[in-house]
Formats: sequence, structure tokens, C-alpha cells
Amino acid sequence: MDAFTNHTGKVVPYDMPNVDTDQIIPARFLKKIDRVGFGELLFYELRYEEDGSPKPGFILNQPQYAGGTILVSGPQFGIGSSREHAPWAIQQYGFRVVIAPSFGDIFRNNCYQNGLLPVMLDAAEVDTIIARAQEVQGYELTVDLETQQVTDSLGLAASFDIDPFRKENLVQGLDDIGLTLQNEGAIDAFESTHS
Amino acid sequence: MAPKTMFEKIWDAHVVREEEGKPSLLYVDLHLVHEVTSPQAFDGLRLNNRRIRRLDKTVAVADHNVPTNDRDKPLTDEVSKAQLEAMQRNADEFGLEYHDMFSEKQGIVHVIGPEQGRTQPGMIIVCGDSHTATHGAVGAMAFGIGTSEVEHVLATQCIWQAKPKTMEVRVDGTLGFGVTPKDVILAIIGKIGTSGGIGHAIEYTGSVFREMSMEGRMTVCNMSIEAGARTGMVAPDETTFAYLKGREYAPSDADWDAAVERWTALRTDPDATFDTVVTLDAADIQPQVTWGTNPAQVLPVGGRVPKPDEFESSQEQGAVEKALAYMGLNGGERIQDIAVDTVFIGSCTNSRIEDLRAAAAVAKGKQKADTVRALVVPGSWAVKQQAEEEGLDQVFTDAGFEWRDAGCSMCLAMNPDRLAPGERSASTSNRNFEGRQGPGGRTHLVSPPMAAAAAIAGHFVDVRELN
Repeated sequence: MDAFTNHTGKVVPYDMPNVDTDQIIPARFLKKIDRVGFGELLFYELRYEEDGSPKPGFILNQPQYAGGTILVSGPQFGIGSSREHAPWAIQQYGFRVVIAPSFGDIFRNNCYQNGLLPVMLDAAEVDTIIARAQEVQGYELTVDLETQQVTDSLGLAASFDIDPFRKENLVQGLDDIGLTLQNEGAIDAFESTHS
Repeated sequence: MAPKTMFEKIWDAHVVREEEGKPSLLYVDLHLVHEVTSPQAFDGLRLNNRRIRRLDKTVAVADHNVPTNDRDKPLTDEVSKAQLEAMQRNADEFGLEYHDMFSEKQGIVHVIGPEQGRTQPGMIIVCGDSHTATHGAVGAMAFGIGTSEVEHVLATQCIWQAKPKTMEVRVDGTLGFGVTPKDVILAIIGKIGTSGGIGHAIEYTGSVFREMSMEGRMTVCNMSIEAGARTGMVAPDETTFAYLKGREYAPSDADWDAAVERWTALRTDPDATFDTVVTLDAADIQPQVTWGTNPAQVLPVGGRVPKPDEFESSQEQGAVEKALAYMGLNGGERIQDIAVDTVFIGSCTNSRIEDLRAAAAVAKGKQKADTVRALVVPGSWAVKQQAEEEGLDQVFTDAGFEWRDAGCSMCLAMNPDRLAPGERSASTSNRNFEGRQGPGGRTHLVSPPMAAAAAIAGHFVDVRELN
């Protein structure tokens, strides 16, 4: 897994609540058996016309947001299915961070597994970021995982919470399975008494 | 000892390792695997030269991609075919019990678990599927996981979990005629919203759930995720024990009594408290129909589609406008004036024998509207077989409904069963998200009797007013 310490990048403001995993990546694209090629399928129905050409109005097709690496959206981002293809698609598009007032639980866990950082901020802070990204050409944020701060050059300084275990794994890019297998003795012991 | 909720008892009995302020390492009793969220997990195992730690606690089944008709013919979708073949290869290579679409134990993963008695009270059950909470109906802690976590559980039989808060959802009173478990859970989601349960484990309590059948409890627990909850459960009782007794993988003989004693002790202690409590009155719950693009956008069948200006914030108004535009509806329209093109009776929410009986009772002796295509997709081979023994297949086909083989089918349209762009469904599934049943498809979630009634009338009707 890619390690994550801090990141500065362009913001893509997708001002929408309840962005569910079926919007992020439709089910018919879950048939692939490898982990690659999901970036171009991100937000497929919203992003492409029926003939495959880009829909001009959609945020990812607007030239000023090209090359964005920080996705900012409304509450309950990633609700719905357990498909890890959702964070794969977001990450493979080029995003390193997703900021929202709240997330679907499974989606958030899946982000951690892939070194994609989900950041929960207050709704008012998210609104500020979205407004600035819509107004300021090339608006950027810096997301520092070690200090748990999101900042911009206009004076924004927003703190976020993260589970210390998740943080440590992200900072070190640790593989969960390797970590768990260090506890193999404890698993063996548990199995010997658990009915 | 401090009083505990059922959730806390199950959690505490599975902690392999815990440390203050960190997620706990929990032991998994049953890992259900299907073809969609597992191939990359098996790749990971191969890459690191790892094996499946407990083959005896792991079972795989094909459900999401499988066609529901013409199974004797070659699969028309090459990509689905490749995914099903990968599942078979992985099962063979790792020695995993696997039920392909020709196995008599095949069915939707959340239907076969309880049906075969694999799902038992007090267990921790995981699956790479968000509707895993279904298994909580027997009094288990069951939740969905992603593919990396599937790989983790395969390799370690454990999972890291941050402890959720507890939520009691209590519904007391008696449900009115024509009001089903599906209407109960839709009403709950309508009340608490898609985020109402985020970070929580729900226990459903109150007379409505005590009096509900096991299959009804499964429908309710199944949709816990649609309220954002990690898991949902109902305390095991005589209904649970009667359901499980004699099932293939349930304890038998001398083990049975000991199991019942253990299971009975799982119930929430009288003095235990929940972090959050939500209550509904059964008498207020009416047959429900969703109008929008998430399951909380739901109304009683007698209602009218809302107008954006009935909502307060501009963000909500924008979301409602977007939902109405997608759904092709006007604010103020009567729900019962909405015509449907397709009726889907199936999915891990509503494809069990009781669901099919309830739909058949409405369809019996009637004809579907000419404008409607109606599909009935049983949840498993076993459900299909039982329905045929009861003659339900005949009731459906006489009424002009199609009778299919078991699978996830049109719930998420990974197989050939899907809506065309702009097509509108009355569906007994669990998600009305944009494009869920096919690109541009418009989904209204309802109970099995409401779906059958819509198929006959050609539009939504109040099932209580039939005959």
C-alpha cells in the first residue's frame, strides 16, 4: 500500500450529498478480475454520454479541474455497497484525498486499505472549501496527516480526527495482513478455546 | 457484571486482541464469499504465498453474475463468464467449498446462509457485500467488508474493527393489514435517513420484531446498511430456534440444547443501555414506496411526490430536484398515478418463500397489465424448489409473470436482467440509486405484495384496497 504523510493538490468540488457507490462505479464494471483500469470508469454515467464522449457539464470534464487530486463532496459520501472498486476508481483517477462531512462506513474502511485518505470536516468547512474551489482558479489544499490539518493559502486551517491505528498504517504504508499475522499466536490461542 | 447489550456480548466473545483507542482484532466464525468481490483477494493471497486459514469456516457461491434463465446455454456475457471461471479456479486452487450455478446449494449468499443453518446466533459473520447484516436476524453480528478485508479474513480468519456505538430501534404495537417487514424497514430509513445509523450497530426491538417471522427479520436487518448502520440484529428467541432446528449445518442432537442455552444468554440484559434510541409506532406504518434515488426518499403509498420547495436547505432542494429529474417525476404527483414498466420480485431483501407466497397471494387468479414485464427470481434453488412444490410458480406464470432461477438478478443488473434507460420498476430490492438496475433505469422500492399489485394494475396501488 502507498504510504501517506501529506499532500498538496488541486481541489475538485463536487457539491452533492449522498454520492453512492453505484454513482462512483456502476455494478456492471465490477466484473473485472484485476485491480487496474477503474480510473476511466469513475462516475461513468455522470461523466460520459451514451456514445462515450464526455458530458461537458460534469465536474471531471471541466478543464479548470483537470489534474485535481483532492475530491471534496457533500455528506454521506460513499454510501451503499461494499465494492472496493469505488476507492480504486477514485484513486486510479488520480485522487489522493476525499473530503466530506461524513462517509459510508465500508467505503471509508476501504479507502484506508488503499492509502486513499478520507477526511471528515465540519459541513461549514466543507462548504467553504467548495465555494473557494468554485471561485478561485487552481485552488489548492494541503492535507497533512501527521498534524491532522487541512490548510489553504487563504487562511483556512481545519483539523480532522483519525483513528491512531489507521493513521499509523497510512503513514507507514503497512499491510494489514502482515501486521495481523504478527498476532498469529493470539489467533491460535483464541481458536483453541472458542467454540 | 455490568449489563450488556447483545451486540456487546457478541463483540466481547470475539476479541483476539484489543488495545485502548485502537480497533480490535475480532475472530470471524463464518466468511461468505462470492465471485464479484473476491478475485483480487485471491490474487493477493497468491502473490504473498498465503493460504486460507480456515476452510471449514469459509464458503463461496456464485450469485451476482449468474443468469436467471437458459443456464443450459453458454453465458452470453464474456466478462461475467470470466469472473465466474475465476471463482471456480480460485476455489479449486485453494480447496474452498464452492457452489456454482448448477449446485442445489446455490442461491444469493444472504439467502443460503440462514437457509442451510450456517448462520447461527452469536456468530461474527462477514462477506464482501454490504447486505451481510441480513444474517443479524438470527442474533449474529454480520457486516459487509471490502476486497482487501476479504483477503485479510481469508488469510487470518480475523478482522480489525473499531467498536461502533449501539442503537436501539424499537417498534411497538401491531402492524396493520397489508403492512410488511419491508414497509417497516423503509419507514425506519425514512425516519432516520441514509446516515442515521452511521457508526452504529442496530438492535431491532419491540413487539413488532418479536412477533415477526425469521424471514421478515432478515428483510429488516438486510437494509440496515441503507440507514448507514454497520450491522443490524434481532435477539434470538423461540422463533429463531424453531427456524434453525434441523437445518443442515445447525447443531444437532446433544449439541442442540447446549446451543439454545448459549444463544438464549445472548439477549440484551434488562438494564443495558444503548447510545442512541429510535422509536416508531407500528400503527403509523403504512405500505411504502420510494420516490427518489436513495432509500430514505420514501413515502406511504397514499402520498404525493414532494416538491423541492418543501425542503429547507438549498443543498436538499438541489438534491430533490436532481432526484426528480432523474426519476422523471413532478413534485406533487400522486404516488398511485405513477405507471411502472417492470416489476422485479427478488433480491437478498425479498426473495424467500414467505415473500413469494405474499406476492403470489396478490397475483393469484389475476393477470399482469399488458404494459408490464414482471420477473420473479427466487433467492435460492431451495426456495425455488419449495415454491414449485407449493404451486407458486404456476400462480405466477398464470398471471403472466416470468419464473426464473436463483440469483441477485435485477437488484444490481450485473447479469442480463436489467432496466432499459428511462424504464421504471417496482422492485422488492434494496437500492434505488441512479443506474442501480441498469443505466438510466428508475427504481421504486416496495414490498413483495405491493410489487405484485403494481404488476397487475400497471401502476402503484395501495395493496390494502385490493378486493
